Amino acid sequence: MSEQPDFSIRIDQNKYLPQGGQEVHAVVTVESTGAPVGVSTGASASEVIIIDTSGSMDYPRNKMTSAIKAAQAAVDTLRDGVNFAVVSGSSRATMVYPRAEELVPASARTRTEAKAALGRLTATGGTAMGAWLSLAGRLFARHPDGIRHAILLTDGKNQHETPEQLDQAVAASVGRFVCDCRGVGTDWEVAELRKVASALLGSMDMVASPEALEADFRAMTETAMGKAVADVALRVWTPQNAKLRFVKQVLPSMEDLTGRRTDVDERSGDYPLGAWGSESRDYHVCVEVPPGEVGAREKRVAWIKLMLGDQVVASGNVLAEWTDDEAQSTRINPKVAHYTGQAELAENIQVGLQARKEGDLDTATARLGRAVALAHESGNEAIAGLLGKVVDVDDPATGRVRLKKDVDKADEMSLDTRSTKTVRTRKGEG
Amino acid sequence: MGAQESCPGCGSDVFAGEAFCEACGRSLTEKPAAACPECGATAFSEDGYCERCGVLRSGDRDHLEAEAGGAAGVTDRGLRHSRNEDAMALAVAGPGIAAVVCDGVSTSPIPQAASQAAADTGLAVLTERLAAGDEPESATRAALTRAVEAVTALAASPHDAPACTYVSAYAGPAAVTVGWVGDSRAYWLDGDASRQLTADDSWAAEMVVHGALTEAEAQAHPNAHAIIAWLGADAGEIEQHVTTFVPDGPGTLLLCSDGLWNYYPEPTRLAAVLPDADPLTAARHLVRLALDAGGRDNITVVVIPFTQEHAQ
Repeated sequence: MSEQPDFSIRIDQNKYLPQGGQEVHAVVTVESTGAPVGVSTGASASEVIIIDTSGSMDYPRNKMTSAIKAAQAAVDTLRDGVNFAVVSGSSRATMVYPRAEELVPASARTRTEAKAALGRLTATGGTAMGAWLSLAGRLFARHPDGIRHAILLTDGKNQHETPEQLDQAVAASVGRFVCDCRGVGTDWEVAELRKVASALLGSMDMVASPEALEADFRAMTETAMGKAVADVALRVWTPQNAKLRFVKQVLPSMEDLTGRRTDVDERSGDYPLGAWGSESRDYHVCVEVPPGEVGAREKRVAWIKLMLGDQVVASGNVLAEWTDDEAQSTRINPKVAHYTGQAELAENIQVGLQARKEGDLDTATARLGRAVALAHESGNEAIAGLLGKVVDVDDPATGRVRLKKDVDKADEMSLDTRSTKTVRTRKGEG
Repeated sequence: MGAQESCPGCGSDVFAGEAFCEACGRSLTEKPAAACPECGATAFSEDGYCERCGVLRSGDRDHLEAEAGGAAGVTDRGLRHSRNEDAMALAVAGPGIAAVVCDGVSTSPIPQAASQAAADTGLAVLTERLAAGDEPESATRAALTRAVEAVTALAASPHDAPACTYVSAYAGPAAVTVGWVGDSRAYWLDGDASRQLTADDSWAAEMVVHGALTEAEAQAHPNAHAIIAWLGADAGEIEQHVTTFVPDGPGTLLLCSDGLWNYYPEPTRLAAVLPDADPLTAARHLVRLALDAGGRDNITVVVIPFTQEHAQ
């Protein structure tokens, strides 16, 4: 990893607390620049493509043919020397290419052979994603360094193993590879795939039409190949008697990292962030501290460091100072306010859709209405558009809505899937 | 009078030369152990926060005193700010004395670094240019230009730009040359002949200059302290102010941040409270007056005697 990007950390907060104030909020922006893009990167990389070949992939048939084309496009995107394999998933996991349980370096020859093997795939059997992930884990085990990325495509629910089996396989894969998950069609479970993608630090999305798979697979592989460093972590130090209430990724999507902590010492813990290319992500940190005295010295209530192995590549401070000046303590940081709103937006969509499913139409109307207002207020037009397919909006500003009678299942799933996608603060704020 | 200071243990007033605090018995000659004032831990990170409880260490700049060639300066955190964001620098420059006072803009990032960089760079360039034979006014301009560059270089981006004020003085054998940007001030103190040598780059001063408000009205306005020019990457084009003053007798040249002049703006009043003492004692006394008046801001005072011989 000779060509490491430059990382920077920026903290947005209002450090002033009123007398007795105990909760400090800050948005941490981690940005990397100068990462080598595409083929020239020095980081070693491994890629496993997992295609659902359960029987349902044949109904309609174009799901299977599109998945094959998409996987072939992904194989074409692999640069020379990337170690890769293709796996087919049904009630069990099977090597598609190579035949042996190993990764092979990409070259003109291996790419051609892999695409030919993909072309011979047929759909049969059930769905056991835990078994698929376990095979991917074994394949990556011999390549523990560098970028380790998997793509998992499914069209159905995890029916042929118990939820516990899936949970175990996911837990065993955490930290071993990053996995982007895609659902095709409308028979898969949003919450189930979200759990897998979230634990494995990957993205989750719905590909409504099989034809769109190819472009999506190519983009995912290109993004994975564009990563310059693997295994970045956010190390958070908090002072004695402080409590780290939460650490959430808030951009590009909402992801609660609080439970992912590995203690480093008495006062510090690491939160894994996965692989990084040239990109920018925002995190919302909330610390609870014992109240300090007005006029006393400034305190560091969180010391945020970006770790690359044992190396600190950037750092920043979340501060607190108590004041009797209300003009200072009541000032709300626009970025903190914005992401608090985005978190509320995601929560309202998920609760609202669940209530709608369960027939609690009052709750559904109230929650989805609130979501409409929040999306409108924050300028999250992508989400506002998706909400518009589930509710009729009378007034976006106040969130007055009516539930639509007939909602396309794909629209509902698409809204659920993308409920956690956030936007930056509008220009002129933050 | 003896120099008044406070005991690092209990805060009672103690006098220079005393070995122990009369109130709590603490030794005043030992250097206090580098322990955290909040939790007693002794490990601090490089940027000055306690490794256990996170409190900012009593900074090295909380209270600093400096002397050079018969001039003296004192800078103090004050009572309401958690950090001293003022900086000062003074040195002998040929036959005279050069000094710089800067006040970090507290709404900007790392203002304490901005003021320190500006003061250090300004003084270094000012003495270097004077030694090279430059006229005081051109040396003052060169120093200010380089100080601006030093502060600008601290910015990660124009949206994230450390900023500070700047006032420099060169008290030569026959004249005084001052240069400034912002609202840190230079005063000439000599009884009724006392006068302010600088004109603030502030909203209040602007209003007074344009006749929109009286001095009293302007200073009472909530905007009074908004400065309209500063050193920093976000400052845009700034106008350097440089002026030379030829005293007609001995007196005192005073440089200060707004931590002092907020409480004592009028030149004659400053002259009246300036004790007839050595410059260090005088500077300490002025800082004490500002603290007694409330100490709402960081306070920096540099006292440069301008003697009879100088004026010949």
